[in-house]
Amino acid sequence: MSFIAHYNYHVAIILAMIGLYTMISRTNLVKKVAGLNIFQVSVFILFISLGVMDDGTVPILEEGYTSYSNPLPHVLILTAIVVGVATTALALALIIRINEAYGTVEEDQVQAKDEEP
Amino acid sequence: MLGAAVAALLPAGRLPWLWATAVSWFMLYAAATLAAQAMDLGVLSYWMGGWTPPIGIEYRLDPANALLALLIALLAAVVLPFAGPSLAAEVPERKSPWLYAALLLFLAGQMGIAVTGDAFNVFVFLEISSLATYTLIGLGRNRRALTASFSYLIMGTVGATFFLIGVGLLYAMTGTLNMADLAVRIPEVAATRTVHTAYAFIVVGVCLKLALFPLHLWLPNAYTYAPSAVTALMAATATKVAIYVLIRFIYTVFGPAFSFGDMPTVQLLVPLAIVGLLSTSVVAIGQANIKRMLAYSSVAQIGYMVLGIGMASTLGLTAALLHVFNHALMKGALFLALGCIAYRFGTTQIDAFRGLGRRMPWTMAAFVAGGLSLIGVPLTVGFISKWYLVSAAIELGWWPIVAVIIVGSLLAVIYIWRVVEVAYLQPAEDTSRCEAPLALLLPTWVLVGLNFWFGIDTRVTVGIAERAATLLFSTAAGGAP
Repeated sequence: MSFIAHYNYHVAIILAMIGLYTMISRTNLVKKVAGLNIFQVSVFILFISLGVMDDGTVPILEEGYTSYSNPLPHVLILTAIVVGVATTALALALIIRINEAYGTVEEDQVQAKDEEP
Repeated sequence: MLGAAVAALLPAGRLPWLWATAVSWFMLYAAATLAAQAMDLGVLSYWMGGWTPPIGIEYRLDPANALLALLIALLAAVVLPFAGPSLAAEVPERKSPWLYAALLLFLAGQMGIAVTGDAFNVFVFLEISSLATYTLIGLGRNRRALTASFSYLIMGTVGATFFLIGVGLLYAMTGTLNMADLAVRIPEVAATRTVHTAYAFIVVGVCLKLALFPLHLWLPNAYTYAPSAVTALMAATATKVAIYVLIRFIYTVFGPAFSFGDMPTVQLLVPLAIVGLLSTSVVAIGQANIKRMLAYSSVAQIGYMVLGIGMASTLGLTAALLHVFNHALMKGALFLALGCIAYRFGTTQIDAFRGLGRRMPWTMAAFVAGGLSLIGVPLTVGFISKWYLVSAAIELGWWPIVAVIIVGSLLAVIYIWRVVEVAYLQPAEDTSRCEAPLALLLPTWVLVGLNFWFGIDTRVTVGIAERAATLLFSTAAGGAP
């Protein structure tokens, strides 16, 4: 249970924090989406590391191997990645529309344009 | 879901709408049949692809989600006929196939959450319906709809991802994703920090989705700038489904013994619900846009529901479930009435309401009836759910809460009265009648009628809610569901 042995979880947590921080601190909408992506990827890593076995191989039946990684988290993450891609695509599409409507993708400028009559 | 694909392929115009309406009516029929069966048999279970749970994905239906599925189907069947003319006025015609595809996807997601018995599936369906919602909001006429949709997207995705983290941690501890199976296995590992963290992530994630008070910032803009029919449908179902997920996880998956014993759920939910209820009601009073006012009032009403959940008693849970159903009916009616007004004037600013009592008598009457229900006047559904909430508070001896509920209702009187005053007592420059067309009025009045129907004849709703609440408590207390 040493700190080093759980490095994958720490990486996931650090990535999640980077993602969340980017989302909160950046005003550029594209950067916000990038932060969102980093945040999602950190969760993917968390899930995938749940499925890893010591000395396990890919979950394909083959002679000579007895321990396999748990395939279920991988499948779940495949679904989650699809969801993430769809979200990102939609977010980028929205940003394009925002850019068309406001001529900028900076959040503060968008707000300033909303406030003028 | 298949319906959505078909809708996307249909030519622009009226056809997609007719198709979506037909699908929603079929859904109502299916949901009603299923609900009747669930009431008879207790729990219905459908094994996806024939795999036995807990390994395969299981669809479960017990009285709690039967009520919810019925609610979604009912609202969809009423709102979609309304959506035709209303959305035709607000969204360009060439977009209509995609629009109805998104609407049907949204409904499919909501229904999916309602019936699934698998924790991961909840996430998937949550994202399906949310993605559809983001598109629908983005279709609003005002360009602020785009930014509203974008901020909802960011917050909604964070919420869903939090939920996903929670589910992942639970999976790490129990090795299962089936909700019933989780409920059995969690007590063994309940003392670990991982489960506590998972609980926190799930509750916070779902609370983001259901717009509990400090996490509600996305909601007012999203509701205000979305097309009218979409707002009505969203207000009536989306947050309700999230409430259901919260109930499901607190009561079934984690069990009351864990949620209210090990974790400070009561101390967390009740104060937030109270603060949210009072503060957003006050904010609602100050709004110039009536749609925005109702959006804030929605956040306040969510406070009531969470309050019921936080009471941790069977009566409180009954009240919460009842209010979920009843609030959907009244907010649906109110937003549809607003939709009629937006159809005529293209705005829901309070200035547009001047003299509307004479110009659109039927629409305003529907609005007033919905408002009365929101306040909780006897003979309406609002009264029934508040009555149960108050009796639940009295049962626990929480007298200050009783006062809070009453003050909340009084605040609702104020903001509804503002509209009534402008509409009936202030003269309009233009006094010609401009009633909304019958196609819009009819669905609105169907919902208003249901408000009164279930306000007088409470056997169905209270019956299902009581059974659901007892069931949720007993499965949790008994251990094996």
